[in-house]
Amino acid sequence: MKGVNPLVVTNSLVLGAAAAHTGVNWGDIIFQLVMFIILMVLLKIFAWGPLMGIMKQREDHVAGEISAAEQSRVEAKKLLEEQRSLLKEARSEAQVLIENAKKQGDIQREEIIAVARTEAERIKESAKLEIEQQKEKAVSAIREQVASLSVLIASKVIEKELNAADQDKLINEYIQEAGDQR
Amino acid sequence: MHHEAPIVTFLGLQFNLANILMITVASAIVFLLAVLSTRRLAMKPTGMQNFMEWVMDFVKNIINSTMDWKDGGRFHILGITIIMYIFVSNMLGLPFSVVVDGTLWWKSPTADPAVTLTLATLIVGLSHFYGVKMRGAGAYGREFFKPFWFMFPIKIIEEFANTLTLGLRLYGNIYAGEILLSLLAAGLATGVGGTLAAALPMLVWQGFSVFVGAIQSFIFCMLTMVYLAHKVSSDH
Repeated sequence: MKGVNPLVVTNSLVLGAAAAHTGVNWGDIIFQLVMFIILMVLLKIFAWGPLMGIMKQREDHVAGEISAAEQSRVEAKKLLEEQRSLLKEARSEAQVLIENAKKQGDIQREEIIAVARTEAERIKESAKLEIEQQKEKAVSAIREQVASLSVLIASKVIEKELNAADQDKLINEYIQEAGDQR
Repeated sequence: MHHEAPIVTFLGLQFNLANILMITVASAIVFLLAVLSTRRLAMKPTGMQNFMEWVMDFVKNIINSTMDWKDGGRFHILGITIIMYIFVSNMLGLPFSVVVDGTLWWKSPTADPAVTLTLATLIVGLSHFYGVKMRGAGAYGREFFKPFWFMFPIKIIEEFANTLTLGLRLYGNIYAGEILLSLLAAGLATGVGGTLAAALPMLVWQGFSVFVGAIQSFIFCMLTMVYLAHKVSSDH
């Protein structure tokens, strides 16, 4: 950009505008002073004040955020600790429950086995008894059958008279023989 | 280049209307820039709000490098306003200057020693005010006799020297830059050949002036905080 200087150039290089006149520009000085103070006050009210306010606000905001973050970190840590202990507790509880269940199962098994065993024993006993009875019955039935048969056979084959005493004796001998052979 | 200054006398005070104009323009630009960029503030900053927050942090770092934040926090707004105002002022004279009937109207307000020395005096005055206010008159007064009592005159001279150098450094840098710009523009750019010849150095010098203007506004803000820290902090 060029100097806007349409006028005659003089060669007199005089230092300072003040050299053109005598005396001090007290008016300028006072004006400058007043202007500067007014400018400062106005800027404080309209620009720097609000700007400083917002900067302070941001500072506070950041500080608040940091402390909030710190706080929530501590809280999270606490919660984590709590959860961890709860988990541990739950785990040990579950362990106890399983243990109990196992024990319970063992006891029940023992019980069932014992009951089954006694039941089996009982059934065996009763079966034995039954067998014995049946055997007794069968033996007495056979005895009767054999007695009458032998009487019949004897009387028919030998056709000889026998008294009852001899007959009984004879039968018993036969049965004895039959029992020995078994 | 020498141009007339539009001076009027009002209520017995001399007013340079060009200065009045440029001070007003610079203040208006700073104000609009700041207000427009902070009009829609959000927790998640966007666009210009980011830039303004960067400026704030930048000044905050300057303050923190010179004093405790608990002492220096109150100078934050002063620092931001200073750095913005001086930067904008330095930039104003760069793109062009306006001369009407031999009278210079558009320039950097900081290219006038009255303006820069006013700012410097304001800063040094504030440093004394806060020195008394924050440390008490006793501690403030004793500071002038440290480390030895005979340093007192030197300390007094130092205060004036501080004021002068703070103001004149800024003035000198900016005024010299503008002088060279107007030399290039007006002295060289006469006719087509001269204009072409002036274009490149003009470009280079304007770029350099942007750099100088930015650096000077930073230095002014930095020294402001250093002087304030000198008076305000007790460990000096």
